[in-house]
Amino acid sequence: MGEIGAYVALLGGKLRSMAAYRTSFAIELLSNLGSTVLDVVTVFVLYRATAVVGGFSLAESLLMTGLTAAGFTLADMIVGNIDDLKRYVRTGTLDTVLIRPLRVLPQLIFMDLPLRKLLRLAFGIFVYAAALVANHIQWTAARALLAVVAPIAAGVFFGAIFVLTASLAFWWVESGEIGASFTYGGRDFTSYPITVYGDWFRDLFAYALGFGLVAYQPALALLGRTDPLGLPAWAGYAAPLVAAPAVAIAALVWGTGIRHYRSTGS
Amino acid sequence: MGGIDASVLTISPGRPLRASVTTFGALVGSGFRRYATYRQATIAGSFTNIVFGFLRCYVLLAVAAGAVGGRPGGYDTAQLATFVWVGQGLLTVVGIWGPPDLSDRIRSGDVASDLLRPVAPVTAYLAADLGRFLHAVLTRMIGPLIVGAIFFTLAVPTRWQTVPLFAVSAVLATIGSFGCRFLINATAYWLHDARGPLVLWTLSSGLLAGLYFPLRMLPEWLAVTLWVATPFPGLLQTPLDVLVERDPPVQQAGLVLLQACWAVALLALCRLVQHRAERKLVVQGG
Repeated sequence: MGEIGAYVALLGGKLRSMAAYRTSFAIELLSNLGSTVLDVVTVFVLYRATAVVGGFSLAESLLMTGLTAAGFTLADMIVGNIDDLKRYVRTGTLDTVLIRPLRVLPQLIFMDLPLRKLLRLAFGIFVYAAALVANHIQWTAARALLAVVAPIAAGVFFGAIFVLTASLAFWWVESGEIGASFTYGGRDFTSYPITVYGDWFRDLFAYALGFGLVAYQPALALLGRTDPLGLPAWAGYAAPLVAAPAVAIAALVWGTGIRHYRSTGS
Repeated sequence: MGGIDASVLTISPGRPLRASVTTFGALVGSGFRRYATYRQATIAGSFTNIVFGFLRCYVLLAVAAGAVGGRPGGYDTAQLATFVWVGQGLLTVVGIWGPPDLSDRIRSGDVASDLLRPVAPVTAYLAADLGRFLHAVLTRMIGPLIVGAIFFTLAVPTRWQTVPLFAVSAVLATIGSFGCRFLINATAYWLHDARGPLVLWTLSSGLLAGLYFPLRMLPEWLAVTLWVATPFPGLLQTPLDVLVERDPPVQQAGLVLLQACWAVALLALCRLVQHRAERKLVVQGG
């Protein structure tokens, strides 16, 4: 119980600091909402020029965009700020975190839990729900289950990617924006039907890194469409399982990173 | 070393112009060296630009494949690919997402030492940003351009004036971007924490400058309104349109002129805001 009390105290501190800058908080709440709104607007703008992109209609694409938005915003809200690990390593803040008798990852999460991203999460879920309605899905028990599990699995998967790319800072402090290629880049990748990408690029992101199983495959299963790229129909239902190995790898790399960590001494 | 450095220069009373040019040059040089220090960040940043180049290019080409006549927004596929790949380099050159130095210094109170210097803050910050621009021109354009040229067919300029006009347009875009960022950061004089306005800027600039898709894909009335009423298209879209020769030469020159008007207006606004801020500034920290 003592541990939970400590996390509540961290969260409370965060809430009070937000209350001190109310105007900025309100603007941040709206701007964060805006970032996801603009992702969706982009899809609409692109579909102004054509009815079909990569063999998929606007409504079908929106299902992938919505699924991605719901999962990504969930992950970004809970663990997205782990991106700051580079800064914590460089400035020595991580030393302070390490000497406390609490687990490192939850501490980092609660030190800066961005509640300003709440509205954005709500919008992500709204787009996903709207896309589910717009596609006139033939509901079965399996599809209903998939519709609920898929965004959560997407969130867990993106969360693992956030932790994994942040861990890079343990070995390479100046890794800068590389993590964004796989977190935000991964989000952009899964927001569109993966049929649009070139062969080797798709193989790398969709299958080697697993991003193809985050939104594209579950969306196919929900829509009842066969995969033009040749994966069997059950792949869409099995796709959420990709979150499990992602979490295992992220946990392993994170643990190794923490043990490998050497203070910068500043 | 023998070269110029950031130490205080002798200001020659008889030749004020020469003195201010030397000072400005020294500040540009120090801005350049600041970024030249972080070589790994340059590589990491280019890698990220390249990944996003692939993502955006494939999506836009897929849109072109389905569009009527294969020309969404009036661009052919080579023009679209050039737009994306040069855009990925230009993004850093123009510095749309530069570091929030000024607002950090306002919050910490360090801005007080900027005010003690014999150079106006807007001028000093502009000089440092032009140093950053020079460094980015030399390092950040090459990576995306080479990768783009290897994997896609890029459009090669056919008119003699395209490349010089693009260079002018890119400098104007940098000044415009500097002006916008200065104003956004300067909100910290009043708000103390510019994080909210900065997020708003990061967001709107990417979309409204044409990074996510060419603005010509928007309904025409909206695109025209953006061009005339906001500085955003001048930050990326205009130089890229110039380079891919989207419009006839006269219209291109007109767009660059519009960019120049915005650059001048933004710098004037920066001076005004800075002046107002200095009258009410309470130095933070201690």
